[in-house]
Amino acid sequence: MLNPEIQGKRYPRTRPYTVGLEKLREFSAATFGNTADGFVVPPTFPIAIQEHSLSLVIADPEAGLDFSRVVHGEQRFIYERQLVPGDELTSELEVASVKSLGGNHMVTFNTEIFDKQDKLVCTAISTLVVRGEDA
Amino acid sequence: MPEFSSLETGQVVAQREFPVTRDSLVRYAGASGDFNPIHYRDDVASQVGLPGVLAHGMLTMGISIQPVISWLSGSGEVVDYSVRFTKPVVVPASGEALVNVVATVAALDEENSKARIDLTTSFEGNTVLGKAQAWVQF
Repeated sequence: MLNPEIQGKRYPRTRPYTVGLEKLREFSAATFGNTADGFVVPPTFPIAIQEHSLSLVIADPEAGLDFSRVVHGEQRFIYERQLVPGDELTSELEVASVKSLGGNHMVTFNTEIFDKQDKLVCTAISTLVVRGEDA
Repeated sequence: MPEFSSLETGQVVAQREFPVTRDSLVRYAGASGDFNPIHYRDDVASQVGLPGVLAHGMLTMGISIQPVISWLSGSGEVVDYSVRFTKPVVVPASGEALVNVVATVAALDEENSKARIDLTTSFEGNTVLGKAQAWVQF
C-alpha cells in the first residue's frame, strides 16, 4: 500500500551514468528513430536515467510502492540542453505529490538530472497510477 | 528545412504510420531496460487482466516524437515534451499494431521563436495519448 506520507521525500543522488553513443543509437533504433551519423538524441532517453532514481523508491520499504499495481499515467521531460555521448549524469528524485482518487493513488515524481558539472540537464516528471488493493 | 516564420497554427507538419510488432517490444525492452513481462508475455498479461501484451507507454511516447524530429531535420530542438497515457496499444503475437502519428502546429510563441506541436497518436481509430505536446525551440 502506497504511503501518502512520502510526499516531499527526496531520495539520494544516484551514482553517475555515462551516456554511450552506441546506447543512444540502440535507443533511437528501438523508438523508430534515425541511427545515421549525427542522429538526434532520442528525447525520451532520459527515462533510462529516471529509472535509476525510481528504483530507489521501489526498494524503499517506507514508500510501499507495489510496482505490479502501477500504470504509467503521465510523463514529461523539460530539457535544459540536449544530452551528448560522454555525459556523466546523476539524478535526484523528489516525491512531488501523492493524491488519492477513488481507491487509487496518483503519485508524481520530479527527477532532476545533472551533468558532471552539477548543471541541470533535464527534469523528468512522471505520474504513476497505483491501483488500490481491491481495484 | 522548416523555418519558424513560415509556421501557421493548425498546420499539419508531419504524419507517419509505425508498424509495432513483438520484435519492437523486445528491442525496446533491451534498449530501455524496462523488462516488465506484460510487454512480451501473453500469459503474464492475461494473468493481470490485460487485453493482451501491451506496448510500453514510453515506447509509444518515443515513437510519437519521431515524425517531429524528421520534419525538423536539425532546424530546431525539442525543449519540452509531455504526454498522458490514455489507452493501451495491444500488440499481437504475430503481425503488427499500426500506430499512426499526426503532428500539428498548435501554438506559436513569436517572442521566443518557439512552437508547440501537438501530436495525435492513434491505434485502431482511437487516440492513445492525451495532451501530447512538444515545444520546439527554433
